[in-house]
This record gives sequence, C-alpha cells and structure tokens, in this order.
Amino acid sequence: MIETGVENAIAIVLLVFMALSAFWLVRLRNLFAVVMLSGIYSLLAAVLYVVMDAVDVAFTEAAVGAGISTVLMLGTLALTTNMEKVHRKPSLSALLLVLTTGGLLIYGTLDMPRYGDPMAPIHQHVANRYIEQSGSEVGPPNIVTSVLASYRGYDTFGETVVVFTAAIGVLAIIGRSKGDLMPTSTVARRRKEDEGEDHQASASTEKETPP
Amino acid sequence: MMEDKTILRVITKLVVPVIVLYAFYVQFHGDFGPGGGFQAGIIFAAAFIIYGLIFGVGVARRVMPAWATRVILSMGVLLYGGTGIVSMLMGGEFLNYSVLAHDALQGQHWGIFAVEFGVGMTVAGAMITIFFTFAGHVKGETSNGGEA
Repeated sequence: MIETGVENAIAIVLLVFMALSAFWLVRLRNLFAVVMLSGIYSLLAAVLYVVMDAVDVAFTEAAVGAGISTVLMLGTLALTTNMEKVHRKPSLSALLLVLTTGGLLIYGTLDMPRYGDPMAPIHQHVANRYIEQSGSEVGPPNIVTSVLASYRGYDTFGETVVVFTAAIGVLAIIGRSKGDLMPTSTVARRRKEDEGEDHQASASTEKETPP
Repeated sequence: MMEDKTILRVITKLVVPVIVLYAFYVQFHGDFGPGGGFQAGIIFAAAFIIYGLIFGVGVARRVMPAWATRVILSMGVLLYGGTGIVSMLMGGEFLNYSVLAHDALQGQHWGIFAVEFGVGMTVAGAMITIFFTFAGHVKGETSNGGEA
C-alpha cells in the first residue's frame, strides 16, 4: 500500500491531467486527434482507478474506454470525415446551459460523504456482507467476481443482453451481409442496388463539397 | 496500404496468439485476480481487430466468418440465460447456482464459470461484429480496413 499522502498527490496530478485533456478536447477541431486524446483520457481514468485499488474497474476502463472505443471511433471516422464543422457564432444559451448543469452537479457533490469515509452509506449497506460472507457463500477469492456473477447475476445478465442488443442494432442498421447468409439471387440483386447507391452517393458528395 | 508494412505484419503475427492466450487467462483466472468475462471478451476481440487492421477485414473474415461471430454472440446470452433456466429446473431460483451441484460452493463455482464464459462470448462476438461491420463499409475495403 502506498502512503495516503503520496496516493492523494498522485490522484491530484492525474485529475489535473484529466481536466487538461478535457479542455484540450473541446478546443480541438481535428477529430482524429480528438479520438486519440479521449483514449488518453480513459487511460488516465484507468490509472486513477488503480490508485483507488479498484483494479477490476481499471481493467475494464483500459480495455473498453482506451482500447475498443478508440478503434470503433477510428472506424467511424473512416466512414465519415475527420474534421469537425466549425460553428462561427458562439451560442450564449449553450454556455448558460452548461454552466447551470455544471453548477448543479457540483452542488450535488456537496451532499456526498468524504472520499474514503468508512461511515459512508455505501459501506454500511451490503458491502460488509460481501466482504465477510462471500468466501463461505460463493467461494471465489476475488469478491468482485462473486458480486458480479452471483450476488448481482441479474444485473450482469442485463448488461450482457445490452451488449448483445448493441451488436444486433449495428447489424440491423449497417450490417447488410454481403453474400454470407443469403441465396445467390438476393446477393446479386443487393449488389446491383449497392452499385446504384454508390453512384448516387458519389454524385451527391461531389455536389455538396466544391473544392 | 498496411500490407506493405513488413514490420507491422510480422509483429502482428507474433502478438496475436499472445493476446488470445491472455484473453483466456483473464477469462478463467477471473475468480482469483482482476478480470472476468467482460474484459476477456474485449481482449479476445482485440486480437481479431488488430489482425483485421493489419491484414484487412477480408482476410480476418476468413478466420472468423460473419456467421461464426453471430453464433458466438448469441450463444453467450443463451449460455447465461440457460444457466439460469437449469438452476430453476434443478429446484432453485433463476441464476441461483447453489443447486447446480451436490455442494453449494461447487455449484456456485460451476455457475460462475458458465456465466462468465457466456459474458465473454457475447462481448467478444459483439465487439468483433461491430468492428468488422464498420470496417467492412469503408470504400474499397478488402485491404486497408479501418485505416483512417
């Protein structure tokens, strides 16, 4: 265990870096750089979770936030464009909305217990049961696994279905299978349609973006 | 064009098996250390994604065809739900693994193993499906998948 003072210092440095990268993200117009920077943001968050001793969460954040999200966003950029459209006129109402929401969120944190407070409600509810009984009730030495897979099996089932639904959604919207599951006549027809679409698409993009 | 880059191709071939092995380690060692089905699924998918990025989605699709990812994707959810149904058939509540074996702890062990494996399959299938679907739409795709 690292000493508390050092731990706090590391946490503060990480949080400062996260805030800086967030501000930088807002300023950037090149979406390629934005994707890379949000990956760095996720990686900083993962390190912060390690400092907080939440290694399972850190693992997920590094794999999902910094890894897969970055790749998927790059895939999206390859399909669309990598420059953001610049809106010249700054919107006053948007600034007001953001400041109000931010202010309310900070106001909300004032009610929260101090970080690491052992008397916080979260540590008084079921957490003690998990820590004391999970070894004899469920078994695995990693309590996080016991909680996720056994005590909270319903929630994890729901999460799995959400991931499943996301993939089904992507397949339904842009996953037109090209020949792997369809009879050949359908493939030929679809291919013809695709070619038609491609011609139209290229024609319209030429119109929209004069050099 | 990625296929001209010899170093990337060689390193990818070296790294992909290690990534897959690590995914299985994270999957089956989740009871003892950090990790579990979710992280393992992502890491497993990452191996195929890096392969697709370097060698092209067309080549990667020959290793992992569309029907295979769809089967993996669906089997994961079915395995998870099925574990719940089996525990109901054996006289417990939905997803109560204690009844799966003669001993409650052993039942929990088997139940968690099955459920985590289901999560891993669905997550891996979903990530591979989503990435290949996106990358397969890039113009002129067969060789330069995902290259922005």
